[in-house]
Amino acid sequence: MDRSPTDISVDVQLDLHRRMVRIRLFEEAAGRLAESNRLPGFLHLYVGEEAVAAGVCGALNDDDHITSTHRGHGHLVAKGGDFNRMMAELMGKATGYCKGKGGSMHISDTSLGMLGANGIVGAGSPIAVGAAFANRYRGRGQVAVAFFGDGSTNIGAFHEAANMACALHLPIVFACENNEYGEFTPRDKTMAITDIVDRAAGYGMPGVIVDGMDVIAVHEAAVEAVERARAGGGPSLIEAKTYRFYNHHGVQNLGLKYRSDDEVAMWKQRDPIFTLEDRMIENKAATRDQFDAIWAELRADIDTAIAFADESPYPTPDQIMVGVYTSMTGAQ
Amino acid sequence: MADERKLAYVMAFNEAVKQQMEADPNVFCAGEDIGAFGGVFGTFGGLQAKFGADRVVDTPISEQAIVGLGVGAAVTGLRPIVDLMFMDFICVALDQIVNQAAKLKYMFGGDAVLPLTITTAGGGGLSAAAQHSQSLEALLCHIPGLKVVMPSNPYDMKGLMTACIQENNPTVMIKHKRLLGMTGHVPEESYSIPLGKGNILRPGNDVTIVAYARMANEALLAAEELAKDGIDCEIIDPRTLQPLDTDLIVSSVKKTNHAVVVHEAVRFGGLGGEIASQIQELAFDYLDAPVTRIGAPFSPVPFSPALEQHYIPNAKTIVQGVRDVMARV
Repeated sequence: MDRSPTDISVDVQLDLHRRMVRIRLFEEAAGRLAESNRLPGFLHLYVGEEAVAAGVCGALNDDDHITSTHRGHGHLVAKGGDFNRMMAELMGKATGYCKGKGGSMHISDTSLGMLGANGIVGAGSPIAVGAAFANRYRGRGQVAVAFFGDGSTNIGAFHEAANMACALHLPIVFACENNEYGEFTPRDKTMAITDIVDRAAGYGMPGVIVDGMDVIAVHEAAVEAVERARAGGGPSLIEAKTYRFYNHHGVQNLGLKYRSDDEVAMWKQRDPIFTLEDRMIENKAATRDQFDAIWAELRADIDTAIAFADESPYPTPDQIMVGVYTSMTGAQ
Repeated sequence: MADERKLAYVMAFNEAVKQQMEADPNVFCAGEDIGAFGGVFGTFGGLQAKFGADRVVDTPISEQAIVGLGVGAAVTGLRPIVDLMFMDFICVALDQIVNQAAKLKYMFGGDAVLPLTITTAGGGGLSAAAQHSQSLEALLCHIPGLKVVMPSNPYDMKGLMTACIQENNPTVMIKHKRLLGMTGHVPEESYSIPLGKGNILRPGNDVTIVAYARMANEALLAAEELAKDGIDCEIIDPRTLQPLDTDLIVSSVKKTNHAVVVHEAVRFGGLGGEIASQIQELAFDYLDAPVTRIGAPFSPVPFSPALEQHYIPNAKTIVQGVRDVMARV
């Protein structure tokens, strides 16, 4: 892992760090709540992959769009998501981002350009193509990013989206989080290639592999791809090699042993947050005290969010039919 | 009126799109072969020449991405019209239609607007066989969040297509392939027909026939035949199937006390079952006979004209259905 000084400013490094810590703290808190059965439904934790969401979203403007996956909390946090409304949504409360209608798998904030986590593997990419089309159509220089996993590149929706984006030369970045497992099955059992980036050439777009545990590397690649898209240079693909520290869903192992302890330990050694902190301290870009203060500040935000969610009311049954259709005067 | 303006069903569709594109710069069209070629049925003819390739977009043969393009563009503020050449192809795009377009606004807690129109062409009668002839409207009507429209004539086509484009929810506009050349009065100025409002195509007193798309026209022919025997049919064309104008259907049945529901789709699991159920729930005491359903047999649409002509319901089968229901009194 690269530990040398970087051209990226200290402010940007601290911004990326902050996005990652926010994700980590939110996810760890969600995991604890799930363990004590305080969250209904499925929970897919992003812990370990923080550098990808943070590095990419750190290269975006507020009015750029992203589509996400079933493992979507990290993308929303990285795009500026509000802890209170996120935690309330995970608990199914009326004050949540989706008023308790979506939950973890559909968490979204269109005002932040976050067009939804998605329960269907691969489904976000065609939607990102639509957002990219609209962005070019309006001509305000906005771009779209499709986040997706290695597994979703095996589904037709990804192929159609990548091909159409390239055929129409749209301002889009395909950001692949290759965590080496499609649910519980290793990548080498489900595809005959090692690198997802090999697929980029088949659509006629540039592709690059980055260390997905190195937020600086992810960010540099994202800045280049986003600038290319914004300048009319068309789509590109970034493959970030990363790893999820928890299971496909939840925090328990469920008695399943599909990854070796050594493998998990090896990846945890490369924790994207701690390696950035070490690197910044070594390069005199920040101090331990500074980082401790950041963690303490953000921990307090999480505690506030949990209290907010706990105290929030559940939606009432009369809300079931609200929002099925939009009234002609606008969103309900 | 002798001088009233006539237009074909296909051109009524085209004119609605053209007028809405003129009125709203956020409206654009995308689909296979719709640009320079104008669509395989000519539905988008001349639009790319008029509005340019940025607003009338030729896409790859990629139905999931075509609908996804519409979903993503709609949720970020445009008003897309995306075309799936044949209704059978909605199956290729079902995830984007059913799991994305229909549900995003709900899953997002209402924090999304999806002014998306999906256009397609359904129905048989062209020997197009089992993958290019289906009537899958019941499948779409079963999905909360979608609106489903099937016009039976050029006037309704223009007004309903205009309403679909102006609508802030995902709509599926199903053209019937055998009605594309049908001509009728269509005003030149823009107008819309509210979604969810049915139409009394023919007033009558003895029996209510609920029929839509091509079957509404077959029902009109059947009614002429039945009138010779003194059976006075009232024909209700719901025009929009989701939401369904149940009030109009039920009030007609309360008057006629008999009901026949006709569609081209297979009878089992078809919309006729839903309509019949609504009638029996809301007008049971008014019925003199069970509601009759007429639909296709439970087989794929056959290719040979020798088979297909017996497969699709027509005026003759509707006449027989009405006679049966009247005979049960």
